[in-house]
Amino acid sequence: MNSTTPGESATREAAAALTGVETTARSVTEAAAEPLIGCTGAQSLVRSLEAVGVEVVFGIPGGAILPAYDPLFDSQVRHVLVRHEQGAGHAATGYAQATGRVGVCMATSGPGATNLVTPLADAYMDSVPIVAITGQVPSSAIGTDAFQEADIRGITMPVTKHNFLVTDAREIPQRIAEAFHLAATGRPGPVLVDIPKDVLQATTDFSWPPRLDLPGYKPTTRPHGKQVREAAALIAGARRPVLYVGGGVLKAQATAELAELAELTGAPVVTTLMARGAFPDSNPQHLGMPGMHGTVAAVTALQKADVLVALGARFDDRVTGQLSSFAPEAQVVHADIDPAEIGKNRRADVPIVGDARETIAELVTALRAEHEAGRTPDLAAWWTQLDSWRQTYPLGYDWPEDGALSPQYVIERLGAIAGPDAIYAAGVGQHQMWAAQFIKYEKPGTWLNSGGLGTMGYAVPAAMGAKYGRPDTTVWAIDGDGCFQMTNQELATCAIEGIPIKVAVINNGNLGMVRQWQTLFYEGRYSNTRLHARNADGTPKPVRIPDFVALAEALGCVGLRCESKDDVDAVIEKAMAIDDAPVVIDFVVGSDAQVWPMVAAGASNDDIMAARGIRPVFGDGQV
Amino acid sequence: MTRHTLSVLVENKSGVLARVSALFSRRAFNIESLAVGPTENPDLSRMTIVVDAETQPLEQITKQLNKLIEVIKIVELESAGAVQRELLLVKVRAPMADRTQVLQTAELFRAHVIDVNTDTVTLEATGTPEKLQALLAVLAPLGIKEMAQSGTVALGRGPRSMSGAGTLRPVERTA
Repeated sequence: MNSTTPGESATREAAAALTGVETTARSVTEAAAEPLIGCTGAQSLVRSLEAVGVEVVFGIPGGAILPAYDPLFDSQVRHVLVRHEQGAGHAATGYAQATGRVGVCMATSGPGATNLVTPLADAYMDSVPIVAITGQVPSSAIGTDAFQEADIRGITMPVTKHNFLVTDAREIPQRIAEAFHLAATGRPGPVLVDIPKDVLQATTDFSWPPRLDLPGYKPTTRPHGKQVREAAALIAGARRPVLYVGGGVLKAQATAELAELAELTGAPVVTTLMARGAFPDSNPQHLGMPGMHGTVAAVTALQKADVLVALGARFDDRVTGQLSSFAPEAQVVHADIDPAEIGKNRRADVPIVGDARETIAELVTALRAEHEAGRTPDLAAWWTQLDSWRQTYPLGYDWPEDGALSPQYVIERLGAIAGPDAIYAAGVGQHQMWAAQFIKYEKPGTWLNSGGLGTMGYAVPAAMGAKYGRPDTTVWAIDGDGCFQMTNQELATCAIEGIPIKVAVINNGNLGMVRQWQTLFYEGRYSNTRLHARNADGTPKPVRIPDFVALAEALGCVGLRCESKDDVDAVIEKAMAIDDAPVVIDFVVGSDAQVWPMVAAGASNDDIMAARGIRPVFGDGQV
Repeated sequence: MTRHTLSVLVENKSGVLARVSALFSRRAFNIESLAVGPTENPDLSRMTIVVDAETQPLEQITKQLNKLIEVIKIVELESAGAVQRELLLVKVRAPMADRTQVLQTAELFRAHVIDVNTDTVTLEATGTPEKLQALLAVLAPLGIKEMAQSGTVALGRGPRSMSGAGTLRPVERTA
């Protein structure tokens, strides 16, 4: 049983390669791939997870999934018992984003499974490879409104790349292999595998590798040579090119290729919210983030460009603003692995379907040929213009007039002290935008956030997953007090399971981003955005509900607080020095700070406001 | 809006119809008619989907459909290059005084009588949507008691097929 021929071993490696799962962390062991005769469906499931190289599963057991937890007890696959299934899903996402491997979460039927819906939708919007395994009521009970029954396959159809209901225990290895293959290849995304309890209990045989049966799934990874050459010609002839870099560049691990392309073209680079870290912020060609809260230089460069080179980006409404007035003079090269993204929002003059890494590498080759043929553009005038925008409208912030601590300053200092090697996971709102703006990202996989779905509560569980996957890296969750109150229960998981993340709660006592919109667009009528305790007239009461330091300590973490500028560095350094427990810092900051620049929702990017009441003046026809 | 007929080969598995129809509603695409049935290959089903869409949304529809894992291939059947049929069953009031007129109408439209009783006649007719509309217009004054109509099914003209050798060109997966 224990001896295998080299041929069999090679087959397994090929199968592992086929599933797209990186197996360096835990290679497909001989033992895991040994066939098993007369085992349960649950044993087959756990063996399949081992064989596909799963290192960790985040989950919570319950009735329907219970059979799977018995063999899991003895498995080399570690299980992290979270406190809420939403935490399991975001942890799997954080793990996947930080490591590039497939994240795995597990839950029982009914409410366990429905609690995974938000993280699945989140991973779908941000194209994160995760696999969710859910227990289902026994086959005979499906459709009867049985206890803890939910049609999770039906519910998750719109928010997963694909999902399966396993009806026969013999299918389990194949479905697991297919789920991992689908999650990790092409445009990555979440896949759910729903397994009824009787299927987990049935007697079956396990063998590996299974045959994948996905006749309709053939992602195009290799770009079309003619399209690449056309793109190169367009770029070589451009006078105002911009490389518009999206999250696909990180997913494809194409940052080295991107650096080469940027150097070769000399063109400015903008990195979207999902692509922060794909190109070093310290590189002078980097104009920062485009979009609703992007830098004036990045937003305006897109508006004035004559050639946009979109790489793994999807022309999201938060980037384009009003679509009809977005980059009106630009010819568009759009490279994406998902053909449906091309032309969805903006017509592409040169569409390229393919993996970002292969595409950029081939673009570099094609562009070299253009240069050798003497077609090298002169971008000096463009850079003069870009530099003037950059110098006139740098990112910045004012200190609150009431002397309160500036949230931007806190985040800026955090980034400076923790440095570019740390991982930063943000929630959603003002603190997320400031973290995208004021932390300098130099490396891929160091910025995790919920970009597409905008899921408040993402930060703490995602940081937990990231820290699990990269235990030697400092992982900071930067969270708002609103977000933090949605998922902080996972700090108990972190404390008990030995996952020492650090949390900076940017506590302004409000749902800050909503409050900002109320200030700007609803005459300062703060309907239901105040989280702090208050008197009848709305003024804050001097009582902390909750007291985040006490809460942190109750959850087994070290709790710290900072309320003044002078203490910021010291408290961050203190937190950095603690590595045997999770740390939470309650940064009590002013509530009136706002995120700038800003393009109002639905407005044209031409109407970007650098700060409140300050609209940049762009001379037309300067380039 | 223009009508387009998409012939979609899908894996013959449970839940595929739900996926396709949910995709249409989720992406705010309109389905004019949809028919699903077996094919010469037991592993595959054919969906014939008629949509009202401009060319640009149609491209987005086919791209999104192609993303569904269980969708194998999509071909747009242009009306000139394809045969398209619907099936109509219609129960018409046909007292003795009107019966002859009903039967003559049926003959004119090459419809068949498939059920008769003292009060009504049930006709079966196949044809293009336009022909069936014409038949219904003639029958309407007589009194239509009940009717059932299928979605369009269609096949490309000529020797080529969607799955065999010399296949019809799919709607491009790549842009």
